[in-house]
Amino acid sequence: MNLIGEKGVRRIFLATAFSALSALLLIALFIINEGVPFIVKYGIGDFLLASTWNPKEGQFGIFPMVVASIWVTLGAMLVGAPLGVAGAIFLSEFVPVTVMRIVKPMIELLAAIPSVVFGFIGVVVLAPLIRTYLGGPGLSLLAGCIILGIMILPTVISISIDSIQAVPRSYREGSLALGATTWQTVHMVTFRAAKSGIIASIILGMGRAIGETMAVIMVAGNAVKIPHSALDSVRSLTANIALEMSYATGLHRQALFATGVVLFVVIMILNSLAIMAMRKRVAKK
Amino acid sequence: MMSHKFEIQGLTVRWHGNPLLKKISMNIASSEILGVIGPAGSGKTTFLRALNRMNELEQGYEMEGRVLLEGVDIQSPDYDVVSLRKRVGMVFALPIALPMSIYENIVYGPRLAGVRNRAKLDEIVEKSLTAAFMWNEVKDRLDSSGMRLSGGQQQRLCLARVLAMNPEVILLDEPCSGLDPISTAKIEEALTELKQNYTIVLVTNNTHQAARVADKTAFFLMGELVEIGPTNRVFTAPTQKQTDDYITGRFG
Amino acid sequence: MRIHPRHTQRIAVTVLGGATLLTLAVLVFIIVFILEKGLPVVGPGFLLEYSEDMGRAGGIFTTIVGTLVLPVLAIGLAGPLGIATAVFLTEYTVETKVTKVIRFGTDCLAGIPSIIFGLFGFIFFVTTLEMGWSILSGGLTLAFMVLPTIIRTTEEAIKAVPKSYRQVSFSLGATRWQTVKRAVLPNALPGIVTGIMLAIARSIGETAAVIFTAGSSLRLPTSIFDSTRTMSVHFYILAREGISLENAYGTAAALIIAVLLVNLAAYWTMHRFIAKRS
Repeated sequence: MNLIGEKGVRRIFLATAFSALSALLLIALFIINEGVPFIVKYGIGDFLLASTWNPKEGQFGIFPMVVASIWVTLGAMLVGAPLGVAGAIFLSEFVPVTVMRIVKPMIELLAAIPSVVFGFIGVVVLAPLIRTYLGGPGLSLLAGCIILGIMILPTVISISIDSIQAVPRSYREGSLALGATTWQTVHMVTFRAAKSGIIASIILGMGRAIGETMAVIMVAGNAVKIPHSALDSVRSLTANIALEMSYATGLHRQALFATGVVLFVVIMILNSLAIMAMRKRVAKK
Repeated sequence: MMSHKFEIQGLTVRWHGNPLLKKISMNIASSEILGVIGPAGSGKTTFLRALNRMNELEQGYEMEGRVLLEGVDIQSPDYDVVSLRKRVGMVFALPIALPMSIYENIVYGPRLAGVRNRAKLDEIVEKSLTAAFMWNEVKDRLDSSGMRLSGGQQQRLCLARVLAMNPEVILLDEPCSGLDPISTAKIEEALTELKQNYTIVLVTNNTHQAARVADKTAFFLMGELVEIGPTNRVFTAPTQKQTDDYITGRFG
Repeated sequence: MRIHPRHTQRIAVTVLGGATLLTLAVLVFIIVFILEKGLPVVGPGFLLEYSEDMGRAGGIFTTIVGTLVLPVLAIGLAGPLGIATAVFLTEYTVETKVTKVIRFGTDCLAGIPSIIFGLFGFIFFVTTLEMGWSILSGGLTLAFMVLPTIIRTTEEAIKAVPKSYRQVSFSLGATRWQTVKRAVLPNALPGIVTGIMLAIARSIGETAAVIFTAGSSLRLPTSIFDSTRTMSVHFYILAREGISLENAYGTAAALIIAVLLVNLAAYWTMHRFIAKRS
């Protein structure tokens, strides 16, 4: 270390600290560089709102995929958010701490299961059930929503539990001392105090759902059309990119990168919202 | 006449604008124990930490005035703060044994200074533990964790750790505040032995301790040095009414 | 008629408890289902034999190699960079606009979905830098992906080291780097290792980013410029192309076991860490 000296050490660390930022900028740069010229040339209106996706004919309307992504994400939220928040509340407030300490890591293990496995389960278990009892091809928007909902559960539960635990004990004790039941305390006091953290967890879950690729490809059907019912087959933006990237060239490839740009922007916005919500939670303390 | 180890001239310390010490001027002689007494919030700890520049590790501190160690201003920009802290060691209020063996705790400092020779390190460990009146207690378990010692032992370990650096000055910040009377007595005994070869500044909230151990005593109140003088005189015939009030227990 | 609060509570607990049980049931079901169908397929033969006939027969040995090599490369790059970044943010600076920007960049990087990494890796490593579909491209792309995770967990581990250790070190005349090297990092190490293991677990399950950068060759790679197929990519291809349902289950079982093992190792390390402290 005498070779470099203390100031040198600090400079090295300073340089490395910019690595994450540089990585982000590099990624943004290359994706934008590949995708934006296409958007400019083709026209953003036609790109986002036209419904015909036919690369061979040079038609690149991604509207069906936009709709599919929106529906899949909303559906995943409908499945994952209530289940997740309910689970988080139950585990933090109605169960001994020791039990929660065992169960929470188990649920976080769910997050470790690769997305392809989730998709596979969707294909061999869920889709046939949907086909049998509800009709349609089985590989559908509904299947996608359910599987994605399950996939975002760990995120929602884990962060919500942390937010609920962060509520000061004095809030709870004050309420209980006034004769409220635990449930009344939860929905009148604790939940309200933990709200921004819980919302942040849901927004983060949404971000994961929009960005999910493999599971959606396996389970949602991948038909390029605007869904009219939850039993229809759909193709998300991410699925579109992944399915066609391997053989796309020229304008087609640029269109896929342009799709990536759209995704990138949406997710950046969602993540910024989540980060702001998380900061609000910490600042409130 | 004994040379002054420290000369403090007009020392003012502010933290985020609030003055914690106001124009402190005094001298600290070598080979004696200076006791620093005063109620909580009087600036005793800030004063102590100014002597080895530990205040600047936190954000928001500003200093005016001069602190001279053997005539050299320790605040000057080209003064080597690292070597300052090797010459001026500190024992904190809470015994902080690092999570390593007793041996490793003691040699942590010397290793930083570049001592590698195993025999030399062994010698340092024995000498410093002996000077802290601890050698016989722990000589057979030098490899056991320092965190397993009792509070009093850990504090003496911290003292030994400081001594291992062969400092010239030892600063102690309420070292016995969490300890039982026997451990306190052992530390006071050690300090009395050590003062022959070191300059010792002892901040204490226990006036009796200062009366027992210190050669000179300084009384701080709300950031100001109210009185300083030989311990005997300060305790029996203080010149300031505030000193008298504090010592007789009317406040603080 | 007002319902007594005790009744509402009972209803609430039932509903909430039911939701929780449902979540747990799903988790258990997935793991049991895959293992039940897949474990019979997994055996020393399966794990050590090469793939034959595009995966219809034979084992998954080459994919295991691929699955091991990519995370190693990724951690090799992202580990030091991430730890250094975390050290800088916690030890060498205070919260300023610069650190806020760095943290924002890290948070954003963490939120990028894997398909975008795949696109980036493809256009940057595979095409522009002409590395082709290779272990190198895949490893570097994964490095970008796990960097934020390592930064975050290392920061947490470093922050958990008591401030007093630093005070003691400084008071003994240590420089900042000496304090970091000898008093802070050794005590943060278990937490850092846990973070790295979690990053590895995530890399093992990665598919979208890997398939576009490391390719899908079933041949045993001999250099980092060779393409390789990881277990998750193999599983995806087997399942989607309908090549062999049986081998798909087997691969999935192996994949789940690998991921579970790494996660358990990470938790075990974390527990030893916490136990040692108290």
